[in-house]
Amino acid sequence: MQTSPAAVAENHAHDNPALLHHFATEAQQKDAASLGMWLFLAQEVMFFGGMFCAYLVYRYKYFGDFGSASQQLNMWLGAVNTVVLICSSLTVVLAVRAAQLGKRMALVFWLVLTIFLGLVFLGIKADEYAEKFEKHHVPGARFSYHELLPGQEGKPAAEQQYANPRHAEMYFSLYFAMTGMHALHMIIGVGIFAYLAIMAYKGRYTPEYYTPVENSGLYWHFVDIVWIYLFPLLYLIDRHR
Amino acid sequence: MATAAVVETGERENYLNATYGLKSWLLTVDHKRIALLYLISITFFFFIGGFFALLIRLELLTPAGDLVQSDVYNKLFTMHGQVMIFFFLIPAVPAVLGNFLIPIMIGAKDLAFPKINLLSWYLYIIGGTLMIYTILAGGVDTGWTFYTPLSTEFLDTNVISAALAVFVAGFSSILTGLNFIVTIHRMRAPGMTWNRLPLFVWSHYATSIIQVLGTPVVAIAIVLVALERLLHLGIFNPALGGDPLLFQHLFWFYSHPAVYIMILPGMGIISEVVCCFSRKRIFGYKAMALALLGIAVIGFLVWAHHMFVAGISLYAALVFSLLTYFVGVPSAIKVFNWTATMYKGSITYQTPMLYAFAFIGLFTIGGLTGLFLASLGIDVHVTDTYFVVAHFHYVMVGGMVVAYLAGMHFWWPKISGRMYPEGWGKLAALLVFVGFNLTFFPQFILGYMGMPRRYHAYPPEFQVLNVLSTAGATVLAVGYLLPMVYFLWSMRYGPLAPANPWGAAGLEWQTSSPPPTFNFEDQPVVTWEAYNYDEIPDPEEDPGAN
Amino acid sequence: MSDHDSSSEHISSIGSSIAIWIALLVGTVVTVLAANTDLGPFNIIVALTIATIKATLVVLFFMHVKYTHEKLVPLVIVSAIFFLFLLLGLSMADYATRLWH
Repeated sequence: MQTSPAAVAENHAHDNPALLHHFATEAQQKDAASLGMWLFLAQEVMFFGGMFCAYLVYRYKYFGDFGSASQQLNMWLGAVNTVVLICSSLTVVLAVRAAQLGKRMALVFWLVLTIFLGLVFLGIKADEYAEKFEKHHVPGARFSYHELLPGQEGKPAAEQQYANPRHAEMYFSLYFAMTGMHALHMIIGVGIFAYLAIMAYKGRYTPEYYTPVENSGLYWHFVDIVWIYLFPLLYLIDRHR
Repeated sequence: MATAAVVETGERENYLNATYGLKSWLLTVDHKRIALLYLISITFFFFIGGFFALLIRLELLTPAGDLVQSDVYNKLFTMHGQVMIFFFLIPAVPAVLGNFLIPIMIGAKDLAFPKINLLSWYLYIIGGTLMIYTILAGGVDTGWTFYTPLSTEFLDTNVISAALAVFVAGFSSILTGLNFIVTIHRMRAPGMTWNRLPLFVWSHYATSIIQVLGTPVVAIAIVLVALERLLHLGIFNPALGGDPLLFQHLFWFYSHPAVYIMILPGMGIISEVVCCFSRKRIFGYKAMALALLGIAVIGFLVWAHHMFVAGISLYAALVFSLLTYFVGVPSAIKVFNWTATMYKGSITYQTPMLYAFAFIGLFTIGGLTGLFLASLGIDVHVTDTYFVVAHFHYVMVGGMVVAYLAGMHFWWPKISGRMYPEGWGKLAALLVFVGFNLTFFPQFILGYMGMPRRYHAYPPEFQVLNVLSTAGATVLAVGYLLPMVYFLWSMRYGPLAPANPWGAAGLEWQTSSPPPTFNFEDQPVVTWEAYNYDEIPDPEEDPGAN
Repeated sequence: MSDHDSSSEHISSIGSSIAIWIALLVGTVVTVLAANTDLGPFNIIVALTIATIKATLVVLFFMHVKYTHEKLVPLVIVSAIFFLFLLLGLSMADYATRLWH
């Protein structure tokens, strides 16, 4: 029935086992998958955005207390974690590049390195959470907070103002909710990359078909971008005081 | 389930008889089969939600709270709302008619991500199971809106399971929207340009934008409610420095656009039906497409009109009131254009067209009463009264459910390969119209007179109108049951449907009824504009007429 | 057929990837230094501006958006950001004006 060159090309394209039946060409399938991942990331922006809204509202209302609570976080660990994630984004870029160039072992190497950096991030995060637990800064029944507001250290003891523990607890609620949700996304990302690494080792990805690597990379970069905002917003409030 | 779908369409293989067995249905990736899976599921939940409505109307027959206690009544209206909104209204048109028709209308073999389509259905089922569990475990009584701190601090009912049910169903909705957007961008047949798309497709595109961008916000709001309930966090608890209104902002940021998720696909259906039964192309195609997008975008700007008396600042209330007036404009444009389409058209009155007429009138009333509510001065008096209840039932039931019925009748021949009995269709449409108005028009008056919503008892002077309302609900219920019966009847005994029984425009009518598994025998190439009724001959006889 | 020249045809050079990586690291260092300096009300603005520049670099270069020929992906990104700002902005329209008389 169909003997046009386009139809012939379409039939030959379907010799490729990676091409699904409802797509006409590999390019269409790749473009569909890419757009799908971008739309998923758009909804992730709104998902995290709800928590950023909560943060914005309470930081506006309780600025001083948030500043006090923020100073309880370890800024250096936060900065190191930021560097770790930035490096992991670089390893992701190099992984995609290796896939595009058909370099199987380089691809596996960069994927594994990404996983390693992700695990470093999660390890540091776990350490920070443990410290919060010890200092009774985890919201709930055992929360207790008795710290000065920023800039109060120089004053005589009788005039020093303390942060409102209720509002500090609000900060920590948001801290755990936002970094916890971020960490959950990291864990899922590590899982996805572990799967990719196994598949890459088996030679599943070629310069003609590396869509899962590329789209998972987009997800990883997104998680990195969320942290790029979380770090200054959570760790660096009123640090200069 | 599979055997009920065996239809006698002669030797031609189609999507219904291509493969048999439960596994071929439960593991299908064919968008048409997934649409039928959804059809069965949403109908099931419609009847559960309807059952709760029945109990509500029975209680409200008498002024005294005598059928149920007030805390049980709280559960009735909560479950009615949650089941109807999250498990019927939001998925119904997109997941049934959208899933079935969009690939065919654009000339594609399937949606962009067939497996994710099946995942969407399974997520819906998981969410639905959680909701059934919630009901069986004693229900939840927060109101469908989950307001804090009632839901987080003061209730010991099944809030978390209900919230989880909604959360999972929400992801079903997000994935469906994502699938539709990618499909419409990437899978259109050669020649199917954006300007040739049926408005049904445009309406689902606009709806999908809302689903993808809005739903995650209510998802995170629900997560925070669950966390607060479990861990006593205090994000929404005033005693701990939290603000209950923050929950309302996050909740309504989605839940207002959610009502446009419900109505936009319905508007798409009405455009298709009005054009076909007026034998005319739509008046103002571009304006209609832009109006759909306009409703979707402006719909995100108005959410705090649900919070006018909740404690937001007066200045915010002014802003949201003004923005709410704007959102009525594109809807009004659509009503004008449907009317202009019918003007000097060659109108016939089959069942789908009867529902379309009902939609235009009832949606207009519902929409106009929304403007009443947008006015701060009026809203202060009628908020949380039956005026609001009547308003949203006019748009959701008189609008969306009526449009859904129009669409089910219009495309039934395509979906099942059978004609439904037209006489019964007309009768059911009449019962729905009469029953609906009898149920809900008295509620406008009740609300204006001051009867509050969500109360199981009321002062005796409101009884007559409440009795009328309950009587109407009974008629409406019969109107809903009839199509269930005759659609099922038609699958075995209805006359076989030709490819294009209505003489309608659109690619779906160019393939057989029911379509083959891959939708078309040959890849369509589109060289004509949408709604080319000047080129399509009228149907030779009134198909299915008794 | 909706065939598009997709961004993934572009293969990043190692040099440009490292350059962006270094820019991101420098941005992080500047953020920390600025946070520990008193800039008055500008602290938050500087912090968020640097974060946005970093995010933009990741989106344009690491996520290959600069190398996409069609405008759809940038449109998706801009739309998501626009709706996020709607949520934040209109919510703050309530909170910021509550104490006005």
